[in-house]
Amino acid sequence: MATPTLDKADAAGTPEPGFADSPYITATFRIRRFNPEVSAEAVWEDFQLEIDPKERVLDALHKIKWDHDGTLTFRRSCAHGICGSDAMRINGKNRLACKTLIKDINPAKPITVEPIKGLTVLKDLVVDMEPFFQAYRDVMPFLITKETNEPTRERLQTAEDRERFDDTTKCILCAACTSSCPVFWNDGQYFGPAAIVNAHRFIFDSRDDAGEQRLEILNDKDGVWRCRTTFNCTDACPRGIEVTKAIQEVKRALITRRF
Amino acid sequence: MKIHKYDTVIVGAGGAGMRAAIESTKRSRTAVLTKLYPTRSHTGAAQGGMAAALANVEEDNWEWHTFDTIKGGDYLVDQDAAEILAKEAIDAVLDLEKMGLPFNRTPDGTIDQRRFGGHSRNHGEAPVRRSCYAADRTGHMILQTLYQNCVKEGVEFFNEFYVLDQLITEVDGVKTSAGVVAYELATGEIHVFQAKAVIYASGGTGKFFKVTSNAHTLTGDGQAAVYRRGLPLEDMEFFQFHPTGIWRMGILLTEGARGEGGILRNKDGERFMEKYAPVMKDLASRDVVSRSIYTEIREGRGCGPEGDHVYLDLTHLPPEQLDAKLPDITEFARTYLGIEPYTDPIPIQPTAHYAMGGIPTNVQGEVLADNTTVVPGLYAAGEVACVSVHGANRLGTNSLLDINVFGRRAGIAAAQYSATVDHVELPEDPASLVVSQIERLRSSTGGERVADIRRELQETMDANVMVFRTEQTIKTAVEKIAELRERYLNVSVQDKGKRFNTDLLEAVELGNLLDLAEVMAVSALARKESRGGHYREDYPNRDDVNFMRHTMAYREVGDDGTESIRLDYKPVVQTRYQPMERKY
Repeated sequence: MATPTLDKADAAGTPEPGFADSPYITATFRIRRFNPEVSAEAVWEDFQLEIDPKERVLDALHKIKWDHDGTLTFRRSCAHGICGSDAMRINGKNRLACKTLIKDINPAKPITVEPIKGLTVLKDLVVDMEPFFQAYRDVMPFLITKETNEPTRERLQTAEDRERFDDTTKCILCAACTSSCPVFWNDGQYFGPAAIVNAHRFIFDSRDDAGEQRLEILNDKDGVWRCRTTFNCTDACPRGIEVTKAIQEVKRALITRRF
Repeated sequence: MKIHKYDTVIVGAGGAGMRAAIESTKRSRTAVLTKLYPTRSHTGAAQGGMAAALANVEEDNWEWHTFDTIKGGDYLVDQDAAEILAKEAIDAVLDLEKMGLPFNRTPDGTIDQRRFGGHSRNHGEAPVRRSCYAADRTGHMILQTLYQNCVKEGVEFFNEFYVLDQLITEVDGVKTSAGVVAYELATGEIHVFQAKAVIYASGGTGKFFKVTSNAHTLTGDGQAAVYRRGLPLEDMEFFQFHPTGIWRMGILLTEGARGEGGILRNKDGERFMEKYAPVMKDLASRDVVSRSIYTEIREGRGCGPEGDHVYLDLTHLPPEQLDAKLPDITEFARTYLGIEPYTDPIPIQPTAHYAMGGIPTNVQGEVLADNTTVVPGLYAAGEVACVSVHGANRLGTNSLLDINVFGRRAGIAAAQYSATVDHVELPEDPASLVVSQIERLRSSTGGERVADIRRELQETMDANVMVFRTEQTIKTAVEKIAELRERYLNVSVQDKGKRFNTDLLEAVELGNLLDLAEVMAVSALARKESRGGHYREDYPNRDDVNFMRHTMAYREVGDDGTESIRLDYKPVVQTRYQPMERKY
């Protein structure tokens, strides 16, 4: 049986490359602070921590909040990349704080942490998610069927038809994609990648009968044609969804009316 | 303070809350109060599947499922409830499919099914394929599908509203639910929701353990709210430790990994589950597997330099199968451990996972004030509740089932009830308890910190009331919890503001965890037997003569204000299955 890599490092008594004997390093977290109860201005604040670089950025935020400054405010819940609460801009890139290990983002330099862009900041790393969820609701994100009598058993769907929209079912609505999109930054009216991903999930579901309606919604001036194919969204997606490809497929479906 | 008036109020927007909301919104004016955005709820972290005897891929029936559930729960399950669970499972899965859930499919296009721990054909003969699944993100797909259908039905959500108190009014001497009091995170404002019916669906309380698969937000808020109002909590000593959490982190790696053929191995590479469960092997029930893992570790066959974990070995499975069936958990191993599961086994250890106990209800989701009396207008469903369909140990895939079956039942029952009654009067000054609690925490200058007390609580719970317990360890925990509760009176927060004060809410949550940890430890101390998830090394056998009964814990307040816990017991409902020795 093979040996896990962690044991290899431990057994050999050699630390992982790049780190000294102690697993702990000193890292600086440069956090964008904003609290309108205190000041109308946002400021950068530095926190120095002794921390194991194999820990998550979320662990660092918790250390700051729990041991240094209880006023630091952010959303989080599951802490392993499935609930979508803690999307933030870390070293200038949208990521989930709970899925980003400190060792992977060059802790030798100050690590910047700021709220995701394009949504109103309410306090520190907390933004107003309502416009994001409104765009989601606007694409009718639920199965619509024409059948008058529901089948008694499950609807049949081939494994291939199921596979067709598998990628876009992974979305956790964290907003990392939408808030990485330059079009969305400039025009909050744009539906944004996440809403299109969720429309895609139903347009390409063989059981759904409302693809045309959803396509018409996305044919709007603030719809899918605003996409400039910058691939920021695909890079940002913590679930590895090929967001830009999904948007392209929706565009193609609008032209060919085939899906 | 704002006052709102609804027919039905649902507390929590995970699977049970949203399943209830879909039913109650059609029938009554409903508000859902949730401390998280609905799609953040921890239902989304469930991976492996939802049990239902569809018999799509091999012979199966709901009677076998009922038996497995009762046996899995070590005969502490109320058998009438288990029968409902297994019977209604089939429609519950089909309902979700009709709502749009993208289940994996068989070559025939029907819903695919896979093996899971404790689920067997013909009363234990061999593992059976009963778990309906969507890759290893079944919970995610259930949460998304239910939210999508809430959007479709126009369910009214109050997001980031944190319910802190249950309002009770005595009507003709009967304790009756009058509504709830909530704290709005964004503004710090306090809201009173007057409602004819209240449904708790606020989830579990795993955060009193350190190594846990639970989200940071699972702090037993619903259980604590009703317990403080003198209502009982049932079977709180029964907590499930899932065998395969990521070593040290506790992140869940689904039992579906073993359902797909994964094997647990010790440091010698031995498939040790063959010794402990010759028939079901790695797919024995979770309590059995978790104890086996710790037995291996204690006897020196654990892995790593400290011998403190074992391996989940998937390396013999084809990479295509891992990619198709287990994409998320293999990604967790890569992200958090830097391990490639195609070629290397994954270090795992048992992780605190699920509360079998909770707010006692009957099969309509109605909350009980004692062994038989219903609290009019009060309902509970999901992990917060104890029906009891899980008894002393829940089977994997039965919780996603529970939230759908009993969430639906509670939603219908609550809405039907609220259609037949008027609002009861609110108690005088309904928000007073919450206002004083918040003010005390916000203005306190005491020297104790939330994080310190929580850390010590988690450490004592892990050390003393986890997989193995003795009178000595439980007493150590009880004493430590008492000390921490004392210190909690001097806790202060740094954030004194009103806006998004999560510092304050963590302090409130800690208070809930301390109350519930105490109930758990006291209940565990009194149960001098071993059954399911509750294993007493000093009483290693099940004792049906003295302990075939549910624990009911009540908070008592003396005339001088001192608090204590009074334990009572409730009979188990047995229908057709006589208790037998449990072997896998």
